[in-house]
Order: sequence, then structure tokens, then C-alpha cells
Amino acid sequence: MNTNPNRRYADITGRALLYAVLGIMAIYYLLPLALMIVTSFRSMDEIRMGQLIDWPTQLNLDAWRIAWSEAQIGARSERGLQPYFINSMLITLPAVAISTLMGAVNGYVLSFWRFRGSNLFFGLLLFGCFLPFQAILLPHANVLGRMGISGSIAGLIFTHVVYGLAFTTLFFRNYYVTLPGELIKAAQLDGAGFWRIFWRIILPLSTPILTVCVIWQFTQVWNDFLFGVTFSDPSSQPVTVGLNNLVNSSTGERRYNVDMAGAIIAALPTLLVYVIAGKYFVRGLTAGSVKG
Amino acid sequence: MSESKTADLTSVAMTPRRNSRMGDTLAYWMPKLVLSPTLIIVLVFFYGFILWTGYLSFTNSRMLPSYDLVGWANYVRLFNNERWFVSLRNLAVYSVLFIVICLAIGLSLAILLDQKIRAEGALRTIYLYPMALSFIVTGTVWKWMLNPQVGIEQFVRGLGWETFRFDWLVDPNFSIYTIVVAAVWQSSGFVMALFLAGLRGVDDSIIKAAQIDGASRFMIYTRIIIPSLRPVFFSAFVMLAHIAIKSFDLALALTGGGPGVSSDLPAIFMYQMSFTRNQMGLGAASAMIMLLTVVAILVPYLYSELRTKKHEH
Amino acid sequence: MNFRKSMLTVALTSSVAFTAQAGEVEVLHWWTSGGEAAAVSVLKSMVEKEGHTWKDFAVAGGGGENTMTVLRARAVSGNPPSSAQIKGLEIHEWADLGFLSSLNDVAEAEGWKDFLPEMVSNIMQFDGEFVAVPVNVHRVNWMWANPAAFEKAGVELPTSLDELWAAADKLKAAGIIPIAHGGQAWQDATTFESIALSLGGPEFFVKAFVEHDPAALQSDTMIEAFEQFRKVRDYLDPGFPGREWNIATSMVIRGDAAMQFMGDWAKGEFSAANMQPGTDYLCLPFPGTDDMFTFNIDSLAMFKQRSAENVAAQNTMARLVLSPEFQETFNMNKGSIPVRLDQDMSGFDACAQASMDTFKSTSASGEGLVPSMAHGMSTTSAVQGAIYDVTTTFFNSSMTAQEATRQLASAIRAAQ
Repeated sequence: MNTNPNRRYADITGRALLYAVLGIMAIYYLLPLALMIVTSFRSMDEIRMGQLIDWPTQLNLDAWRIAWSEAQIGARSERGLQPYFINSMLITLPAVAISTLMGAVNGYVLSFWRFRGSNLFFGLLLFGCFLPFQAILLPHANVLGRMGISGSIAGLIFTHVVYGLAFTTLFFRNYYVTLPGELIKAAQLDGAGFWRIFWRIILPLSTPILTVCVIWQFTQVWNDFLFGVTFSDPSSQPVTVGLNNLVNSSTGERRYNVDMAGAIIAALPTLLVYVIAGKYFVRGLTAGSVKG
Repeated sequence: MSESKTADLTSVAMTPRRNSRMGDTLAYWMPKLVLSPTLIIVLVFFYGFILWTGYLSFTNSRMLPSYDLVGWANYVRLFNNERWFVSLRNLAVYSVLFIVICLAIGLSLAILLDQKIRAEGALRTIYLYPMALSFIVTGTVWKWMLNPQVGIEQFVRGLGWETFRFDWLVDPNFSIYTIVVAAVWQSSGFVMALFLAGLRGVDDSIIKAAQIDGASRFMIYTRIIIPSLRPVFFSAFVMLAHIAIKSFDLALALTGGGPGVSSDLPAIFMYQMSFTRNQMGLGAASAMIMLLTVVAILVPYLYSELRTKKHEH
Repeated sequence: MNFRKSMLTVALTSSVAFTAQAGEVEVLHWWTSGGEAAAVSVLKSMVEKEGHTWKDFAVAGGGGENTMTVLRARAVSGNPPSSAQIKGLEIHEWADLGFLSSLNDVAEAEGWKDFLPEMVSNIMQFDGEFVAVPVNVHRVNWMWANPAAFEKAGVELPTSLDELWAAADKLKAAGIIPIAHGGQAWQDATTFESIALSLGGPEFFVKAFVEHDPAALQSDTMIEAFEQFRKVRDYLDPGFPGREWNIATSMVIRGDAAMQFMGDWAKGEFSAANMQPGTDYLCLPFPGTDDMFTFNIDSLAMFKQRSAENVAAQNTMARLVLSPEFQETFNMNKGSIPVRLDQDMSGFDACAQASMDTFKSTSASGEGLVPSMAHGMSTTSAVQGAIYDVTTTFFNSSMTAQEATRQLASAIRAAQ
């Protein structure tokens, strides 16, 4: 294609510039994580007596061990972030699955099966995205109490599904309106029903948006602190509450190396989801080229 | 975005064909049946609670909800509170900058990443990962980096630029911008992911057709591709506005609303009044004002987006 | 949706009874890490030794802010924990709503009134009934000094505000940061209340921060207190805003800074750095507050319980909290002093002993023992918050002291 040498030269500079920009942005995103990792390897003596930000003099893994399984958090008998971690898994996986599936079905109805008032419904739902959660904590606690699930994992799953639906629905609805309508029309002529069209035609086309939605929901639920702290009891506290308990002490001494290690440990599942989900973006590309 | 564009889609937003078999009655009700759990949730957990908060804002609730009405007293107190105005102004500055910068960075990164980049997977994960970290601890790290005496300012001076200044964190006039910097760091990667998913959904045939017509790459992006991403802009905007309005952990961890109350935000104000300062009535009033502000600004936009009834492509 | 009433009727059916049966205490507290966690674990093992179960409900964050949210949520869902860490006047607010149960039986059997200072037992009582049990006493008006830094600058340790500013000038000239401070609202208020105490004495302090007497709030003394508070700004390093208190302490530990105004929990940081009180670091009363004691007391309030076993467990815990053994181990871990005036202090360090001496003398004479405003002991959380807003805004702006005084008075009035 590039028969003109000047043009090829410009292309090479362009590529170099492109990589430079992407690289600089990568540094901006990586800097805080790098600082956390570096700090987690330092000893508290180094941090207290030296600079807050500095290279470690030796590779000290104590902080990681302490954060995971040794730190005494409150007066609990289990130590470290471990038990909280399991709670977070038990809350996040069902909450993400249920809210994503409900969002997909809602989005499917709102884009292909419109009825009088369906747009109004979507508008009402959308507005719910902007509800300041701090304002609804107490009535929600009361309702959870009446339902008999206050303080339980089930209560937290329910809460995350309720307040996640607005977003999952939005994601799917906005994706489905870009799909061509004949897909459905043809299937209907072939006699396929509501659910059959959804499972066989719509869902297989949804990979990119499923990825986006799962990333969003997983992040929201896993990193949630406000609901996790307010609606949990000692046996159901998620990892963000554990992390908060580990790092935030009012009048106790602080161990920044343990704080940093704990924060990275708490983030590992989300990081893992991002690495895996990235692959599906690429698959979504191939899926996308099929449609239309 | 394809040949389907020309197709007649009026029958697509369909109600089932009208013949009177039983299966069709079910098919007629099925969509509504499917939406009904969500409808109940929306009515109770969204609007029911908003009404409840609205009622509380007219009561003298202090530590726990009480139901003794006091008229507009809480609103009067709210609008005599200087801190409230500081927090409202901060929210305006913060959310505009945050949303605009995130959209700009997110779209640019997505376009750049879409140029058949090597190591795309790694870069994508790097841009996305900040969303994974909760601000309980990243707030501390940002605080160190932005602190003029231990962070970036010190580092650059160490490199030899002795007069370099970056002390926004400790300057009451600039502290709110440091929250923007950290918030953009956290959320722009997700916006990039949204746009990337959108870009990958754009049909190649149209782009090829435009190329054959001799359109430049810049033209293809500005005239064809970016306009087709309109639903993505909408999702991203709603998501970012949601984050901005609720920004709470971030501001608390990074500046704690300070120096002084210079980087206070309405969510912090509301939370403190409701739960730690035993002024629940006042907290409820601030929540209502926040909601009304959101209604005034967002509803016109939501409305205009939702009016686009047909499948667009 | 009148859930408060329905919830109360449930809670009120509880009966107070002493039984030896094993019950459960669910304790909501914010002692989550380091020395605090070790300290509360001691109580847990003591309660378990008596045959009861301890359900640990720890929620950290911002001096109990998150804990208070959780407590409210639990209360409106009809299921408050059996015990919660609640401070100062907030105890009375919960008691007033009918949530708290009486500990009078334990209090009488154990003779609490004989060894608790009156000021302290007044806070723990509502309508003549003990509803909470005090755990420890923190002294807030301390100054932590690095003697090496003072020596280097060739200055004496200040004992009055005037001497403080003179010493600070010399320290600054010697290239040492005179005052290590963290610019967070509560730290600003901690310094401000010490200055007000130093200038106006205990009587003024009580008038302003306990009684909120408008004359005291708008007096020249208050204006002067703001003026002196502003002076602190001249002796800080530029990176102070938002700094955590323990980072400020480590500046003193390293000798980068000469002194810090902070409660006795700062001792934990010095100990963690292997420094000895009296030689490596000094604890002195805030300049001009020698015979005064600003107290900050942690306490556990007891919520009404349905089962007699759990009430028994509550009572056992209350008794254990004030036992000399627990008081000793807990407070050695936490840096505070025991709340019992008859406690044997021989095992404690010099700073704690000095603190106890002042605590005893001030509570005996009834003069100089004042509740800390900055730590929620002197007033309601609404008023405390209003004072925070004014002091921290003043400290971080160019507002005049007169204007600050005017705003203070009006903010307090609005919050009452």
C-alpha cells in the first residue's frame, strides 16, 4: 500500500508517537500500584525512620503474610483478611450473576418488546442510578429486617441486585438497540417465542456487553464498602470491611506496609476478572463481525 | 450500522401478531411479566425510599428517624450553612471536569488501542485495573504522591527542577482538582473499555465504503464512527454522573474534605449530618436538594435520548 | 413505617436477671488494629473464661463514624447489638430513646461509685441508672517533644503559650519544623481546644464548650484563642493538610519536627519505634495546662436484650471491664490510663503515671478536669461538628479571629 517513501516515513513516526502516548498513559495508571507494591515490601522501621516514598532496602514479605493470615483484626478468632475474602466471594458471584441476567432480560424487553409505558419505565429505572445511597441506608435496613435477611449474606446479595439493576439494564438496552431488528422478525416468522429468541439469538450476540456488564457489576459489588459495612454482621462482613478494619485504626499505630499488601490482596479477584475479561473483548470482536 | 439501516423497522418494536391463539396471549403478557420484579423494586426501593427521605426532611429527626413535622426548618438551616454551598459548588466543578476528562481520555485511548496495537491486552488491563482497587487504601497512596513534601513535587525537584511546584493537595483553592485527578485515574479505564466495545461493534463495510470514497481517516472517525457511538456516550455519561454524584470514599480518603472544608462534597455532607452529627432531618433535606439538582440537569438529557424510539441502525 | 416504636416494644420485653447460664455478647466497637485489637482481645478472653460467648463486631473508620452508621442500621432493623462503643453525650441520646439497659445491679454490687470520678460516672448514667461502662481514660492535652531537637536549637521546653512561640521561633531558625501537625478537622480541633484551655482556664472551657454560654463564645478570650491558634500556622511545614496524626508523630520521632500536640495514644507510635519515655521522647502537658486534664473516655453502652442469658453475659462483661486486671492490661496496650482512681499504677510508664497523678488531683479538687470537645465528650455530636467546621475553616483560610468567633457562636446556635 505504501508506495510513497514519505508516506511510509510518516506512518512510522505516527506509530512511534502512538506507542509513546499509550506508554505515557500506562505510566500514569501504573504509578500508584507500583508505589503500593514497593511500600508493601518495606519494613515499618524503614518507613517510620526514612522517607514515606522510597525503595525497599530488602525484599520483605512479612507484610503480605500478616495481611492475609496473621493480623489480629478486632477481637476475632480468625486472623487476617482470609475469612472476609470468602464472604466477598459468596456475596459477589450470585449478585453479579443475578443482576446481569436480569439486566439482560430487561434490556431485551425494552429494546425488542416495547409496550406502552416501557420507555417511561426505563426512564424511572435510569433515574435510580442517581439515587445517593447514603440517603437510603436506614429505610433499606428496616426493609431487610422485615424480610428477615438483615445482616446475612442473602441480604447483601439482594441489596446489590436491587441497586445494580438500573445499570445492568441500561448496558443491555443500549447495546440491543444497536442490533438489527430483522434478527427477531425472522426468528418470529420461524415460530420462535420470547425465550427461544433470547437464548438462541440475542444472548449469543451479547459477548461484548456481557463483558462490560460483568466487569462493572463485579467491580461495584466487590469494592462496595457502604452497603457491606451497613448491612452486614460479624459473620457476613465483606473484604472491603475487613480491609478497612485492618488499615483504619483510630488511635492505634499504623502499618503502611501491611495496609498496602492488604489492599492488593483485596483487589486480586477484580484484577483477575479484568485480565480474563480482556480476552473476551477480543472474542466479542469476532462475534460482532458476524452480526448484521 | 449495516444494510439493516435501510430496512423498514417500524414493525420491529413489535407487539406480537394479532391472532388469537393462546400462546400469543402469553407472548403478549410475557414482556410485562418479565419486567414486573424490576418494576416492584423500582417502586419500593427507589421511589418509596425517596418519598420517605422527602418526608424525613420535613421532620425534626436527629439520631434516628422521627415523624414530628417541622415544616421547612431543615431547608432554611441548609441554605444558611456555608459548608453546604461550598460542597455544591465543588460538586459542579468536580463532576463537569471528571465527566469531560474521562470521556475524552476514554475515547482517545479506545481509538488509539483500536489501531492494531501490539500488547493490546496488557495495555487494556493496565488502563482498566484502577477500578479494581478500593479507595480505602489508594486514597492513602494518592495522598502521598500529591503531598508536596513526599510526593511528585519532591521527586521532580530531586531531578534538578528546584522551583517545580505541585501543591494542589494542600491549597484550599485547588484541593478539589486533586480529587478530579485521582477519580479520572480510577474511572477513565472503564470508559475506555466501553468505547472499545462500541468501536468493535461498528460495521467494517461502512468504513470500507468510505475509504473507497476517499475519506480520510480523521473524517471516518469524526463523521462516521464517533457519531455511531452515541449509545456508548450515553451509557458512559450515566455511569460517570453516577460516580461523580456518589463520590464519597475517594474524597474522604484523599482530602477528608479539606484543607478546611474546601473539598467537601454533598455526599460527605449528607452522610455526616445523617449518621455522625445526629442531624438526620438536615441530612435528608440535603439529599432531596441533591436529587432535585440531578433531576433538573439530567432529566432533559435522559428524555432527549429516550425519545429516539426506533432502532437507530 | 413507625419502626422505632415497634422495635422498642420488642426490645422492652427483655428482663433483667442474674443467671449463671452461658449467654452471648455481641460487641460493636472500632478497636480494630494494632494495640487496640490486642487490648480488646483481652476482654474477649476474660468474658469467655466466665463461660459466655463473644461475638466480635468490629467496624473501623474515622473515630467511630462507620460504627455509628452500623449501629443506627441495626437499631432500625430491630436488632441492636448487645453492646456498643458509644461515647459521651451520645450515650444519653440512646438512653433517652429507651434502647439502653440498666447496669445498676452490677454497679452497686461492685461499688462503681466508690472508685469512679464523679465526672465520669455522670456521663455513664442516665436518669440515675448506669447504662454504660467506662473502659479507659485518654488525656488529650499532651505535648510530645523530641529532646534532641530542642537541644540542637538550644531552647528550653515551653511551659506557657508565650514560651511556646519563643521556642518555636528558635527551632525554626535552627532549621527544625517546630510543630508537627496533621491538618484534619479533629486534629485542628484538638489543638484549638488545648489553646483555649491554656488561655481561658477550665472555667472558660466549660462555659464555652459544655454550656455554650453565648457570652463566653463571643468573649475576647475566644478571639484571643483564635488568634493564637492562627499562630500555629507559622510553625508548620507546608505539607500538613490532610496528614494523619501518626505521620506527624513519626516526624517527631525522626527529629524532623520538635513537638506534636496530641492525646496519649501517640505513645503507641513512639513505643513501636523502640523509644523510651523520658529519654528519647518527652510527654509534657500542653503549655499552660499543667494542672488541667482534658479527658477522652471510651465506654461500652449496653442495649436491652431479650434473653436472660444474654443479660447475664452483659452484666459479666460490665463487671470485667472495670476489674483492676482488665484495666491494667487494656490500658497498657492502648496507652491510656485506667478509669479506677484506686488502680495500682506501678506497672505503667512515666507518662501514664504522670497522667494518672493529674487525673486524681483534678478529680479530687473538682477543678481542671474537663471533657474534651474535640473528642466528643463535652457536647452533642451536632454541636461538635459545627465547632469542627468553623475551626478547620478558620485555620485553613484568612478569616479574621473576630469573624471566626461570630461564626462559632451562630453555628453552635444553629446546631443545638
